[in-house]
Amino acid sequence: MEYLPNILFIILLGIGIGFFAKNVKKLIRNIKLGHDVDVSDNKSQRWKNMAMIALGQSKMVRRPIAGFLHIIVYLGFIIINIEVLEIIIDGIFGTHRIALSILPEAVYGFIISTFEVLAILVFVAVTIFWMRRNIIKLARFWKSEMTGWPKNDGNFILYFEMVLMMLFLVMNATDVHFQTLNTGNVISQYIAPWFGNLPEGTVHIIERTAWWLHITGIFIFLNYLYFSKHLHILLAFPNTFYGKLTPKGQFNNLEAVTKEVKMMMDPNIDPFAAPAEGTENAIPAKFGASDVQDLNWVQLLNAYTCTECGRCTSECPANQTGKKLSPRKIMMDTRDRLEEVGKNMDANKGVFKEDGKQLLDNYITREELWACTSCNACVEACPVSIDPLSIIMDMRRYLVMEQSAAPVELNNMMTNIENNGAPWPYNQMDRLNWKNE
Amino acid sequence: MSELLKVPTMAEFMAEGKQPEVLFWVGCAGSFDDRAKKITKAFVKLLNKAKVEFAVLGTEESCTGDPAKRAGNEFLFQMQAVTNIEVLNAYEVKKIVTACPHCFNTIKNEYPELGGNYEVMHHTQFLKSLLDDGRLTIEGGQFKGKRITFHDPCYLGRANNVYEAPRDLIRKLEAELVEMKNCKRTGLCCGAGGAQMFKDAEKGDKEVNVERTEQALEIQPEIIAAGCPFCNTMMTDGVKTKEKESDVAVMDIAELIANAQDL
Repeated sequence: MEYLPNILFIILLGIGIGFFAKNVKKLIRNIKLGHDVDVSDNKSQRWKNMAMIALGQSKMVRRPIAGFLHIIVYLGFIIINIEVLEIIIDGIFGTHRIALSILPEAVYGFIISTFEVLAILVFVAVTIFWMRRNIIKLARFWKSEMTGWPKNDGNFILYFEMVLMMLFLVMNATDVHFQTLNTGNVISQYIAPWFGNLPEGTVHIIERTAWWLHITGIFIFLNYLYFSKHLHILLAFPNTFYGKLTPKGQFNNLEAVTKEVKMMMDPNIDPFAAPAEGTENAIPAKFGASDVQDLNWVQLLNAYTCTECGRCTSECPANQTGKKLSPRKIMMDTRDRLEEVGKNMDANKGVFKEDGKQLLDNYITREELWACTSCNACVEACPVSIDPLSIIMDMRRYLVMEQSAAPVELNNMMTNIENNGAPWPYNQMDRLNWKNE
Repeated sequence: MSELLKVPTMAEFMAEGKQPEVLFWVGCAGSFDDRAKKITKAFVKLLNKAKVEFAVLGTEESCTGDPAKRAGNEFLFQMQAVTNIEVLNAYEVKKIVTACPHCFNTIKNEYPELGGNYEVMHHTQFLKSLLDDGRLTIEGGQFKGKRITFHDPCYLGRANNVYEAPRDLIRKLEAELVEMKNCKRTGLCCGAGGAQMFKDAEKGDKEVNVERTEQALEIQPEIIAAGCPFCNTMMTDGVKTKEKESDVAVMDIAELIANAQDL
């Protein structure tokens, strides 16, 4: 019987990590549904971007209030989680505050006091975040795509963090042994008197309950990530690493098109010749993207990384002037559709069964796609290097090259370019007339 | 019109067996749009004044393909690009300057993968380099002390991180450079990019160029400086919509400098 808590803990640990691993596997499988794209270049620049943008939060602080609060929560999260290490060791071996038997009391006290201060700071920051969402009602948290799950998800995370921080402090405050050490209990000493009049046995039960709820909460939170926008705490790192390095105005070159264009323009190539060995796959089944499988894996990683903060949408000129386009919605739609495809595969022994739906039209409308001015404001605004514009462009390519479904005026423009070498119906021979006008 | 502009073509240079210092890529707007033609001429006057040996392609120039690419027509874009690159490479062009940020971006960033490698400069960068080398002097003239704001073109600013060259030039005019609420990397689009110039906007509460013009008017400039022919058109339209055309002028930076010297 005396090993029961240890066994229970090991089972909890196993389930917590097991489920997480299973979902990570699914996540990786889903991301790999995208086309391959070579991002093996410029390693040093990529490491630097990850260090600056994800680790260093350099783009978060461009909005100073949110940036500052976010850094508190971020640091708090990382630093307080060191405590989880002790909790896990204690849980497995049935020890109590194992680190205290290794470290000098003063050092242990310093570490725990740091955690306690951070815990209270995180609590305050998260409360302000909650007020920004629910009381001040910042416009970007109340756009049309932010209803239902996205809205609740945002709040759930905040409640989670509030509860976890409180449990950590209550755990310390009710740990009589720790309180009598009188070191490191910088915050919890003020909470301890709340439990002062209770019998020691009850205080001990509260301590154990807080301990168990705290660690269980952490495991639940870990497994909640997959279903939440909060996945960004993990994916921000690879996402900034694989983020775009070329100038923002440089749109990718479609190799397959280059081959066709070269062929069209080279009089020596026989267009009816059989393709050379190994080139059968050179020409894709489809130009551009109408569904998630047509996107590349970095774009899909982008979708899972999006934390729906809405900085992109609030900077988007189309959105600011009341058009339907919201870059955040583009990312959310991509993730939702990818999840749908993933579930479809789970239900069909790992093979995708046609479901009559696609990203285009069922999720993202043409009106949204055509409202984009390609100004890159969304890309610049994203704190974790997401590129919604690349998805918009790939979908426009599908509309134009596969469906010839550009708006009429754009078709006229393109005809003019084709015939006159200018988007307007002027003769190329008149190009230098301005000289003498 | 004062003295005649000297606008040699690449073909003329070739006939003389010479290479110009730089090719001036005029662009479709600069060649055909009545408003943009004035920018083209102002820039040529400055090139003439600084005694820059430049040439244009003239009738051999064609659309870079930018609007086709942004609209999603990669085929048409690449056809245009490959044709242009053939012409440019045949003339062994090394350095290109253009007053259009869209041409600038496309030739600089998207032509290399198709075999076109050139040093490409926006005209504000080129003018700045002429100034730094002492080949061109800039005086304030009529713009001394005027309130001027600069509207960042997306394809120059965010797309290529060129923010300072145009501002440096405005400062040289001894003008008071004032910044809009959204500027530099948070600059608001004029609404024309991504091929929007050639179609009606989607339904919304407002046109983007009106929103941007309101931002500009908020800080009460006498001049809205532009560095892109499309931005110029959009901002001019915005100022007209707001019935402010008698108070606020929209001018390209090349025009500001040329006018300051009474060219």
